[in-house]
Amino acid sequence: MMKKTNTKKNNNRRIKSVMMTIVVLLAVQPLSAESWKKLKDDRLHDPEAPALEVLQEPTEALSVLPPGGSAGNKVDWAKALRDDYIQPRAQIDKDAKLEQLDTNILFKETGDQPYVLFPHKTHTEWLECSNCHEKIFKTKAGETPVTMLGILSGEYCGVCHGAVAFPLTDCIRCHSVPIDQAGKFQ
Amino acid sequence: MKKQYFFSACMLTLMVMGAPADLFAEYGDVVLNKRAEQEGVRPVIFSHWFHRIRFRCKVCHSELGFEMRAGANQVTMDGITEGKFCGACHNGQIAWSTENCDLCHSGRPGIKSGIYGGHQTMGPGRW
Repeated sequence: MMKKTNTKKNNNRRIKSVMMTIVVLLAVQPLSAESWKKLKDDRLHDPEAPALEVLQEPTEALSVLPPGGSAGNKVDWAKALRDDYIQPRAQIDKDAKLEQLDTNILFKETGDQPYVLFPHKTHTEWLECSNCHEKIFKTKAGETPVTMLGILSGEYCGVCHGAVAFPLTDCIRCHSVPIDQAGKFQ
Repeated sequence: MKKQYFFSACMLTLMVMGAPADLFAEYGDVVLNKRAEQEGVRPVIFSHWFHRIRFRCKVCHSELGFEMRAGANQVTMDGITEGKFCGACHNGQIAWSTENCDLCHSGRPGIKSGIYGGHQTMGPGRW
Protein backbone atom coordinates (compact mmCIF):
# COMPACT_ATOMS: atom_id res chain seq x y z
CA MET A 1 0.00 0.00 0.00
CA MET A 2 1.38 3.45 -0.96
CA LYS A 3 2.24 5.89 1.82
CA LYS A 4 0.04 8.95 1.80
CA THR A 5 2.43 11.85 0.99
CA ASN A 6 -0.14 14.33 -0.14
CA THR A 7 -1.02 15.46 3.35
CA LYS A 8 -1.59 19.09 4.28
CA LYS A 9 1.51 19.04 6.49
CA ASN A 10 3.72 17.72 3.72
CA ASN A 11 2.32 20.16 1.19
CA ASN A 12 3.01 23.07 3.54
CA ARG A 13 6.56 21.84 4.00
CA ARG A 14 7.04 21.60 0.24
CA ILE A 15 5.71 25.10 -0.33
CA LYS A 16 8.01 26.44 2.42
CA SER A 17 11.08 24.77 0.91
CA VAL A 18 10.26 26.15 -2.55
CA MET A 19 9.81 29.64 -1.06
CA MET A 20 13.12 29.34 0.82
CA THR A 21 14.90 28.30 -2.37
CA ILE A 22 13.50 31.28 -4.26
CA VAL A 23 14.43 33.68 -1.45
CA VAL A 24 17.99 32.35 -1.29
CA LEU A 25 18.45 32.47 -5.07
CA LEU A 26 17.10 36.03 -5.27
CA ALA A 27 19.28 37.16 -2.37
CA VAL A 28 22.37 36.00 -4.22
CA GLN A 29 21.44 37.89 -7.38
CA PRO A 30 22.50 41.44 -6.29
CA LEU A 31 26.03 40.17 -5.71
CA SER A 32 26.36 39.34 -9.39
CA ALA A 33 24.87 42.67 -10.50
CA GLU A 34 27.72 44.55 -8.83
CA SER A 35 30.50 42.53 -10.39
CA TRP A 36 32.22 43.15 -13.70
CA LYS A 37 32.09 40.66 -16.57
CA LYS A 38 34.85 38.06 -16.68
CA LEU A 39 37.11 38.50 -19.69
CA LYS A 40 36.06 35.18 -21.17
CA ASP A 41 32.39 36.22 -20.98
CA ASP A 42 32.65 39.78 -22.27
CA ARG A 43 31.97 38.76 -25.89
CA LEU A 44 35.04 40.72 -26.94
CA HIS A 45 37.93 38.54 -25.83
CA ASP A 46 38.36 35.17 -27.46
CA PRO A 47 37.55 32.69 -24.66
CA GLU A 48 40.33 30.47 -26.03
CA ALA A 49 42.94 33.22 -26.16
CA PRO A 50 46.11 32.33 -24.21
CA ALA A 51 46.03 35.92 -22.91
CA LEU A 52 43.17 35.07 -20.57
CA GLU A 53 45.51 33.09 -18.35
CA VAL A 54 47.65 36.18 -17.82
CA LEU A 55 45.46 39.27 -18.12
CA GLN A 56 44.01 40.78 -14.96
CA GLU A 57 40.24 40.49 -14.49
CA PRO A 58 38.38 43.83 -14.25
CA THR A 59 36.77 42.76 -10.97
CA GLU A 60 40.13 42.41 -9.26
CA ALA A 61 41.23 45.92 -10.16
CA LEU A 62 37.95 47.83 -10.12
CA SER A 63 36.28 46.38 -7.05
CA VAL A 64 38.80 48.11 -4.77
CA LEU A 65 38.24 51.56 -6.25
CA PRO A 66 35.56 54.00 -5.03
CA PRO A 67 32.23 52.96 -6.55
CA GLY A 68 30.82 55.26 -9.20
CA GLY A 69 27.24 54.22 -9.80
CA SER A 70 26.01 51.43 -12.00
CA ALA A 71 27.08 52.72 -15.42
CA GLY A 72 30.38 52.76 -17.28
CA ASN A 73 33.24 51.16 -15.34
CA LYS A 74 31.15 51.72 -12.19
CA VAL A 75 34.13 53.49 -10.65
CA ASP A 76 34.49 57.10 -9.50
CA TRP A 77 37.80 57.75 -11.24
CA ALA A 78 38.07 61.38 -10.12
CA LYS A 79 37.72 60.30 -6.49
CA ALA A 80 40.11 57.40 -7.03
CA LEU A 81 42.77 59.90 -8.13
CA ARG A 82 41.94 62.57 -5.55
CA ASP A 83 41.95 60.14 -2.61
CA ASP A 84 45.07 58.31 -3.72
CA TYR A 85 43.52 54.93 -4.56
CA ILE A 86 45.49 55.13 -7.81
CA GLN A 87 48.68 57.01 -8.68
CA PRO A 88 48.62 57.26 -12.48
CA ARG A 89 51.71 58.86 -13.95
CA ALA A 90 51.19 62.30 -15.40
CA GLN A 91 54.05 62.11 -17.88
CA ILE A 92 56.65 59.87 -19.43
CA ASP A 93 58.84 62.61 -20.86
CA LYS A 94 60.43 64.59 -18.02
CA ASP A 95 59.92 67.84 -19.92
CA ALA A 96 56.23 67.34 -20.66
CA LYS A 97 54.00 70.11 -19.32
CA LEU A 98 51.85 69.65 -16.23
CA GLU A 99 49.25 72.41 -16.43
CA GLN A 100 46.41 72.49 -13.96
CA LEU A 101 43.61 75.03 -14.09
CA ASP A 102 41.01 75.72 -11.44
CA THR A 103 38.34 77.73 -13.28
CA ASN A 104 34.73 76.57 -13.64
CA ILE A 105 32.62 77.14 -16.72
CA LEU A 106 28.85 77.49 -16.30
CA PHE A 107 26.79 76.36 -19.27
CA LYS A 108 23.42 78.06 -19.21
CA GLU A 109 21.89 77.03 -22.55
CA THR A 110 20.33 73.94 -21.08
CA GLY A 111 16.68 74.36 -21.94
CA ASP A 112 14.67 73.64 -18.81
CA GLN A 113 17.44 71.60 -17.21
CA PRO A 114 19.69 72.73 -14.38
CA TYR A 115 22.85 74.45 -15.58
CA VAL A 116 25.98 72.48 -16.28
CA LEU A 117 29.12 73.24 -14.28
CA PHE A 118 32.32 72.22 -16.02
CA PRO A 119 35.25 71.99 -13.57
CA HIS A 120 38.66 72.55 -15.17
CA LYS A 121 40.36 71.20 -12.03
CA THR A 122 39.03 67.65 -12.33
CA HIS A 123 39.72 67.58 -16.06
CA THR A 124 43.23 69.06 -16.00
CA GLU A 125 44.25 66.44 -13.46
CA TRP A 126 43.94 63.95 -16.32
CA LEU A 127 44.14 65.94 -19.57
CA GLU A 128 46.38 68.41 -21.33
CA CYS A 129 44.96 71.71 -22.60
CA SER A 130 45.48 70.64 -26.19
CA ASN A 131 43.38 67.51 -25.67
CA CYS A 132 40.26 69.71 -25.85
CA HIS A 133 41.49 73.10 -27.14
CA GLU A 134 40.90 74.12 -29.83
CA LYS A 135 39.76 71.06 -31.78
CA ILE A 136 36.86 70.08 -29.53
CA PHE A 137 36.17 73.30 -27.63
CA LYS A 138 37.13 76.87 -28.46
CA THR A 139 38.98 78.54 -25.60
CA LYS A 140 36.77 81.62 -25.85
CA ALA A 141 33.63 81.14 -23.77
CA GLY A 142 30.40 81.01 -25.73
CA GLU A 143 32.07 80.24 -29.07
CA THR A 144 31.39 76.49 -29.12
CA PRO A 145 27.82 75.46 -30.03
CA VAL A 146 27.51 72.63 -27.52
CA THR A 147 24.20 70.77 -27.79
CA MET A 148 22.88 67.56 -26.22
CA LEU A 149 22.37 66.16 -29.70
CA GLY A 150 26.03 66.81 -30.45
CA ILE A 151 27.15 65.34 -27.13
CA LEU A 152 25.07 62.21 -27.61
CA SER A 153 26.53 61.84 -31.11
CA GLY A 154 30.05 61.71 -29.70
CA GLU A 155 30.97 65.40 -30.13
CA TYR A 156 32.06 67.95 -27.50
CA CYS A 157 31.79 66.37 -24.05
CA GLY A 158 30.68 63.19 -25.79
CA VAL A 159 34.16 62.60 -27.21
CA CYS A 160 35.02 61.19 -23.79
CA HIS A 161 31.80 61.02 -21.82
CA GLY A 162 30.09 57.98 -23.21
CA ALA A 163 33.33 56.43 -24.44
CA VAL A 164 35.84 56.36 -21.60
CA ALA A 165 34.73 58.86 -18.94
CA PHE A 166 31.46 58.36 -17.10
CA PRO A 167 28.58 57.90 -19.54
CA LEU A 168 25.59 60.15 -20.04
CA THR A 169 23.12 57.92 -18.23
CA ASP A 170 22.93 60.11 -15.13
CA CYS A 171 21.94 63.64 -16.15
CA ILE A 172 22.47 65.22 -12.75
CA ARG A 173 26.20 64.50 -12.74
CA CYS A 174 26.58 67.32 -15.22
CA HIS A 175 23.32 69.23 -14.81
CA SER A 176 24.12 69.96 -11.20
CA VAL A 177 23.43 73.67 -10.77
CA PRO A 178 19.78 74.64 -10.17
CA ILE A 179 18.95 77.76 -12.16
CA ASP A 180 18.21 79.79 -9.03
CA GLN A 181 21.66 78.99 -7.61
CA ALA A 182 23.63 80.04 -10.65
CA GLY A 183 24.71 83.20 -8.87
CA LYS A 184 27.15 81.21 -6.69
CA PHE A 185 29.14 80.07 -9.72
CA GLN A 186 29.32 83.21 -11.80
CA MET B 1 3.33 16.93 -9.33
CA LYS B 2 5.18 18.73 -6.49
CA LYS B 3 8.56 17.99 -8.13
CA GLN B 4 7.36 19.84 -11.20
CA TYR B 5 6.39 22.89 -9.12
CA PHE B 6 9.79 22.90 -7.47
CA PHE B 7 11.55 22.58 -10.81
CA SER B 8 9.47 25.38 -12.36
CA ALA B 9 10.08 27.66 -9.37
CA CYS B 10 13.85 27.13 -9.66
CA MET B 11 13.86 27.61 -13.43
CA LEU B 12 11.84 30.82 -13.18
CA THR B 13 14.12 32.24 -10.51
CA LEU B 14 17.26 31.31 -12.42
CA MET B 15 15.87 32.94 -15.57
CA VAL B 16 15.27 36.18 -13.66
CA MET B 17 18.72 36.03 -12.03
CA GLY B 18 20.53 35.08 -15.18
CA ALA B 19 19.15 37.90 -17.35
CA PRO B 20 22.35 39.74 -18.20
CA ALA B 21 22.51 43.38 -17.14
CA ASP B 22 25.61 44.00 -19.25
CA LEU B 23 26.04 42.47 -22.66
CA PHE B 24 29.32 43.82 -23.92
CA ALA B 25 32.92 44.52 -23.16
CA GLU B 26 34.18 46.44 -20.19
CA TYR B 27 33.42 50.14 -20.69
CA GLY B 28 36.15 51.85 -22.70
CA ASP B 29 37.59 48.72 -24.35
CA VAL B 30 39.02 49.52 -27.79
CA VAL B 31 39.28 46.97 -30.58
CA LEU B 32 42.04 47.41 -33.16
CA ASN B 33 41.28 45.29 -36.17
CA LYS B 34 42.15 47.30 -39.25
CA ARG B 35 44.74 44.76 -40.32
CA ALA B 36 45.13 42.13 -37.59
CA GLU B 37 42.60 39.55 -38.72
CA GLN B 38 43.55 40.01 -42.39
CA GLU B 39 47.11 39.20 -41.41
CA GLY B 40 46.01 36.06 -39.59
CA VAL B 41 46.19 37.14 -35.96
CA ARG B 42 43.49 37.87 -33.38
CA PRO B 43 42.25 41.48 -33.18
CA VAL B 44 43.89 43.61 -30.49
CA ILE B 45 41.95 44.66 -27.39
CA PHE B 46 43.08 47.72 -25.48
CA SER B 47 41.40 48.22 -22.10
CA HIS B 48 41.19 51.79 -20.87
CA TRP B 49 40.47 50.80 -17.25
CA PHE B 50 43.77 48.94 -16.89
CA HIS B 51 45.75 51.81 -18.34
CA ARG B 52 44.08 54.71 -16.57
CA ILE B 53 44.97 53.19 -13.23
CA ARG B 54 48.59 53.66 -14.30
CA PHE B 55 48.63 56.67 -16.62
CA ARG B 56 46.68 59.90 -16.93
CA CYS B 57 44.89 60.53 -20.23
CA LYS B 58 47.42 63.14 -21.35
CA VAL B 59 50.30 60.66 -21.45
CA CYS B 60 48.86 58.68 -24.36
CA HIS B 61 46.66 61.37 -25.85
CA SER B 62 49.23 64.14 -25.84
CA GLU B 63 52.75 62.75 -25.34
CA LEU B 64 52.30 59.59 -27.38
CA GLY B 65 50.10 61.16 -30.03
CA PHE B 66 47.06 58.86 -29.85
CA GLU B 67 44.04 60.60 -31.41
CA MET B 68 40.94 60.39 -29.20
CA ARG B 69 38.92 58.62 -31.85
CA ALA B 70 38.96 54.89 -32.53
CA GLY B 71 40.19 54.23 -36.06
CA ALA B 72 42.03 57.54 -36.39
CA ASN B 73 45.45 56.16 -35.51
CA GLN B 74 47.67 54.23 -37.91
CA VAL B 75 49.03 51.70 -35.45
CA THR B 76 51.29 49.14 -37.12
CA MET B 77 53.67 46.50 -35.75
CA ASP B 78 56.53 48.28 -37.51
CA GLY B 79 55.64 51.52 -35.79
CA ILE B 80 55.29 49.79 -32.43
CA THR B 81 58.69 48.12 -32.79
CA GLU B 82 60.16 51.56 -33.50
CA GLY B 83 58.73 52.85 -30.24
CA LYS B 84 55.67 54.63 -31.63
CA PHE B 85 52.19 54.40 -30.09
CA CYS B 86 51.92 51.26 -27.90
CA GLY B 87 55.61 50.68 -28.45
CA ALA B 88 56.49 53.72 -26.34
CA CYS B 89 55.80 51.54 -23.30
CA HIS B 90 55.42 48.01 -24.60
CA ASN B 91 59.13 47.59 -25.12
CA GLY B 92 59.98 45.24 -22.29
CA GLN B 93 60.90 48.15 -20.01
CA ILE B 94 57.75 50.00 -18.95
CA ALA B 95 55.43 47.17 -20.01
CA TRP B 96 55.67 43.76 -21.69
CA SER B 97 57.48 43.61 -25.02
CA THR B 98 56.09 42.81 -28.44
CA GLU B 99 57.34 39.24 -28.20
CA ASN B 100 54.16 38.53 -26.24
CA CYS B 101 51.87 38.61 -29.27
CA ASP B 102 49.00 36.82 -27.57
CA LEU B 103 48.67 39.26 -24.68
CA CYS B 104 47.48 42.06 -26.97
CA HIS B 105 46.06 39.95 -29.78
CA SER B 106 43.32 38.43 -27.64
CA GLY B 107 40.10 39.38 -29.44
CA ARG B 108 37.33 37.15 -30.70
CA PRO B 109 37.38 36.65 -34.50
CA GLY B 110 35.19 39.05 -36.41
CA ILE B 111 34.99 41.93 -33.95
CA LYS B 112 35.10 45.31 -35.63
CA SER B 113 37.43 48.16 -34.74
CA GLY B 114 35.90 50.67 -32.38
CA ILE B 115 35.37 51.59 -28.76
CA TYR B 116 32.88 49.56 -26.78
CA GLY B 117 30.60 50.34 -23.90
CA GLY B 118 29.23 48.23 -21.10
CA HIS B 119 27.10 48.54 -17.96
CA GLN B 120 24.05 50.41 -19.23
CA THR B 121 25.71 51.98 -22.26
CA MET B 122 26.34 50.76 -25.77
CA GLY B 123 29.39 52.92 -26.36
CA PRO B 124 29.85 56.48 -27.54
CA GLY B 125 27.27 58.24 -29.58
CA ARG B 126 24.40 56.02 -28.60
CA TRP B 127 22.95 54.62 -25.36
